[in-house]
Formats: sequence, structure tokens, C-alpha cells
Amino acid sequence: MSLLIGALTIGLILSLLALGMFISFKIYNFADITAEGSITLGASIAAALIVSGMNPLSATLIAMAGGFVAGTLTGIIHTKFNINGLLAGILMMTALYSVNLHIMGKSNLPLMSQQTLISLAGDIGFIPDNDTAVLLVILAFVALTGVALHLFFRTNLGTAMRATGNNPQMIRALGVNTGLMITLGLGMANALIALSGAILAQYQGFADVQMGIGMMVWGLASVIIGEAIIGGGSVGMLIIGSIMGSVIFRLLVAVALRLGMNPNDLKLITALFVFIALVLPYITKKMKKRGVEVK
Amino acid sequence: MIEISNIKKVFNPGTPNEVLALDDVSCTIETGSFVILLGTNGSGKSTLLNAVAGTFFPDSGTIKLNGTDITNMQEHQRAKYIGRVFQNPCSGTAPDMSIAENLALAVRRGAKRGLGAALNRGDMEEFRKKVKSLNMGLEERLANPIGKLSGGQRQALTLLMSTWIKPDLLLLDEHTAALDPKTANKVIQLTESIVNKDKLTTMMVTHSMQQAVNLGDRILMLHNGKIVYDIKGADKRVIKASDLLAMFDDIRKKEQIDPSASDMLRENYI
Repeated sequence: MSLLIGALTIGLILSLLALGMFISFKIYNFADITAEGSITLGASIAAALIVSGMNPLSATLIAMAGGFVAGTLTGIIHTKFNINGLLAGILMMTALYSVNLHIMGKSNLPLMSQQTLISLAGDIGFIPDNDTAVLLVILAFVALTGVALHLFFRTNLGTAMRATGNNPQMIRALGVNTGLMITLGLGMANALIALSGAILAQYQGFADVQMGIGMMVWGLASVIIGEAIIGGGSVGMLIIGSIMGSVIFRLLVAVALRLGMNPNDLKLITALFVFIALVLPYITKKMKKRGVEVK
Repeated sequence: MIEISNIKKVFNPGTPNEVLALDDVSCTIETGSFVILLGTNGSGKSTLLNAVAGTFFPDSGTIKLNGTDITNMQEHQRAKYIGRVFQNPCSGTAPDMSIAENLALAVRRGAKRGLGAALNRGDMEEFRKKVKSLNMGLEERLANPIGKLSGGQRQALTLLMSTWIKPDLLLLDEHTAALDPKTANKVIQLTESIVNKDKLTTMMVTHSMQQAVNLGDRILMLHNGKIVYDIKGADKRVIKASDLLAMFDDIRKKEQIDPSASDMLRENYI
């Protein structure tokens, strides 16, 4: 039972990462590898500030702001200096590695007895079991975040952002600065990803400079699983899908590890999975073109 | 009024692919005038349109719109004054977004976009009314993604969108070239009614002699990045497609284009 609750909780925490990847990958078609640096950035800022005695809520908000700045910088490198998006992300990710080490002062920063958002959530009075309380609080928070994102993408600014990803030529002709939209969107995405990192650090009780490795593909996998379950559709549905995708993916991994999968193979399998998910639509399309029946 | 003065543009300078796309082009277009840009492929007509739209910055020269120098304005900044319809029906609309959302994007052309809801009830009523005027039955499909519509329907909607806020200048870049003849006709009729209704200052690139004869009050014929004929007033009213073809022939003789190009002209224009 506690294994299940743990997997669900981590799945939900990482669904914030999935939502960030959803923004960069689905809204902007931008494979933003900044994620690997910004999730660690969020974790290290939150951990360092909490250790220094700051209250965990402020520490988490500052971590989020840090992610926003990181994403914005990737956006500026990409749009103002015309550097390929993937390369812009790699530059930022690499730079963040040093930044994260500086923030923590060492490669691993444990949170010992400090009060965290997780310990606060666990102490909620009316739910007796600590782990269940944490799970429910995070579930509520993620749901709220999803609703907020959904509403945001229906505002004038939000629709302009979506149009920027969908048809930049058109939206420029309607007076929107597409470079600014991309920069702002990447800022938002990485703020969510840093938030995910900040909460993850508080949940697992430490921040580690290596914790971001493979996280981008993890987020992509969640988004792709979610899309497959929901079957495409509106932005709102895709948001729900990304959250569900993250939880389901985490559960699958937990089950696989339980069944004896070598943890070292985890990232290899994740990468293979995303690869297959990415080429599958292309292959089925090709087969359809050749007139082969595809069920 | 648009004042284009001594616009020059060289693409790929210093390479074997160097092209003098616009060679010291100057012209003044009066407010309310509907100008047709004609010319062979590579004559510079679309380049001139894109220079006005701000897709690229000219090497030299200035462009003024109603007295404001827009030469160094970014594309999205001039969009406040300029409505555009592209050759490719896919270019003017966001395919994955609904018809209503696309219209909502157009309603705020050049305006600030904040955190207000993009779709509100009042707007929806107006969307339905205007879309209904297209007589395409799209008013019942406002929530559908625009990418599912035909090229003609998308082009009609793009026209509606580009002129929703009355633009100081409307740029039409061969906007019927990708459509079948019947649909193209419909879109041309719609263009005429929209332009006439609001007396829009319009520049339209076309390959069709018939459109050039039937529409507008002025024809600019371009060749090798220069305006070679400027037909307006009474001359424009009486001109026939055969006259335009004769002018093309004339250009051909003067410039001695190779025979294959002249064959292509015949195919395209007769």
C-alpha cells in the first residue's frame, strides 16, 4: 500500500514537470532540455533556502522564480541570438549544473529535520495517515495547477502563445511578437519544472546535482502517454492527459522495478519508449499511404 | 497613403545565388487605391509586398505608411496597420485552434493581449454574424478546428480576419493561386466586396490577367525588380487582358528572355 501511495505521490509531483514539458513540447514544438537543469535548480534553491532557515513556502516560490529565469534565458538565447532551440537548451542546462553546485555548495544537500511543505502537508489534522495526507494535498495542488493552466490558455495572452506554436507566420501578421511569446512560454514551463524539483526535493528529503538527468525524456514520456490515453483533443484534455500520463508512467515503473527490472535499465527503457511513441504515428501514416490496413 | 522610396534589396549577396530582387523601386499609392502587382516569376512583385509587410528589411530606401516611417519596424509592429492574406491557405490561420479562437486572435490585431478571456459571449455573437455573411455554413462550426476546413474556406476566413479591424493597408499575396477556379472566383468576389465596402487601400499580387483587368484601379507591372509599367486612371479602366499580354511580350523582346521562359509565360497567362 505504501509503495502504491509513494508511486502515486511521486507521479503527481513529476506531473508538474510533465505540464512544463507539455507547454514547451506540445504548445511550442520545442524540445526544451533546459528542463534537466531547471528541475535540479528548483530542488537546489528550495533545499538551500530551507536549510538556511527560510520558510518552505517562500523557498518553493523562489525556486519557481529561478526556473522562470532559466527558461526565459533559454528563450532569449534562442530567439534573440538565433541559436537552435535544442542547442540553446543544452547551453542553459550545462550552465545550470555549475549554478546548482554553487547554490548547494556541494553535490548533495540533505534536508534533515527542517520543516518542509511535505511535513506541513503530512501534519494536516483531519487525515490520520501522514502519507495519505501528503498525497491528497499534492493531488489537490496539481489539480488546481492544471485548471489554472487550462484557463490561462484560454486568455488572450494564452491563445496568442498557442497560435505562436501553431502558426508563427499568422500570429506575427496579427501583431504578436513571437519571440516574446516563446520566451515567456519557456519561462512558464521551466517555472513549473523547477516547482516540481522543489517539491520533489522536499518529498525525498534531499537535493542532488544529478537528479535532473533523463528528466526531460521522462516528462516527454508522460506527455505522450497522456495524449495516447486521452486521444488528443483540446488543450484542457491534454493537460489532464499529461498529469495522468505522469502518474501512470510512475506506476508502471514502480511495478516493473518490483518485478525485478534492473534500475540501471530505467533510462534506456524510457528513451526507447519515447522513441517508439515518436515514430509510431509516422510509421502508421506511411503504412496507410501504401494502402495497408492499419487497425 | 503609402510612399515607397528607392527600395533596394539583394538576396544572398556575395554568393553565386545573388539576386537583385528590388532595384531602386519607388511608388506612391493613394489612400483607398486598389493596386494590382503583376509580373513574371522572380520579377519582384511578392518581394515588394513582403518589404511592405516587413518580412525582411530592405538594404536601402524607405517605406512610409500614412506619413509614418515603417521601414525599420518589425513585422509584428506593423501588423497594427496592415492586414495580410497569404498564397498558402494554411498560412493565414492556426490549424489546431477553433474558428472562433482564430477570429478572437484577429479581433485583437495590434492590440495588447492580456489575461482577459479570449472568447466571450458578445464576441461569439458577432463572430456568428460575420461568418454567416460568408454563406459557407461555417457559423455552426465555430468550435471546430480551422485546419479541417477546405482551402477556400480558410482563405475566406483569413480575409475576414485580416480586415476585422480595418487595416490602413491590405496586402494580398496571390491569395487565390492555390485554389480551384470556382473557389478562387468566390474568394475574389469576397475580396472585392470587402475592399469596396471599407474602401481599403490594397496591394494585391496576382498571376491572373483576368483578375488584373477586373479588379482594382491601378496595375504595377514589375520586371527584374523594377516597375516597368504603371497603368492607372482611364487607362486601367479600358485595359484588356490582351493588352497586358502584349506588354509582357514587349518586355520579353526588350529583355530577350530565353524562349523557354516565354513559353512558360504563354502557358501561365493565355
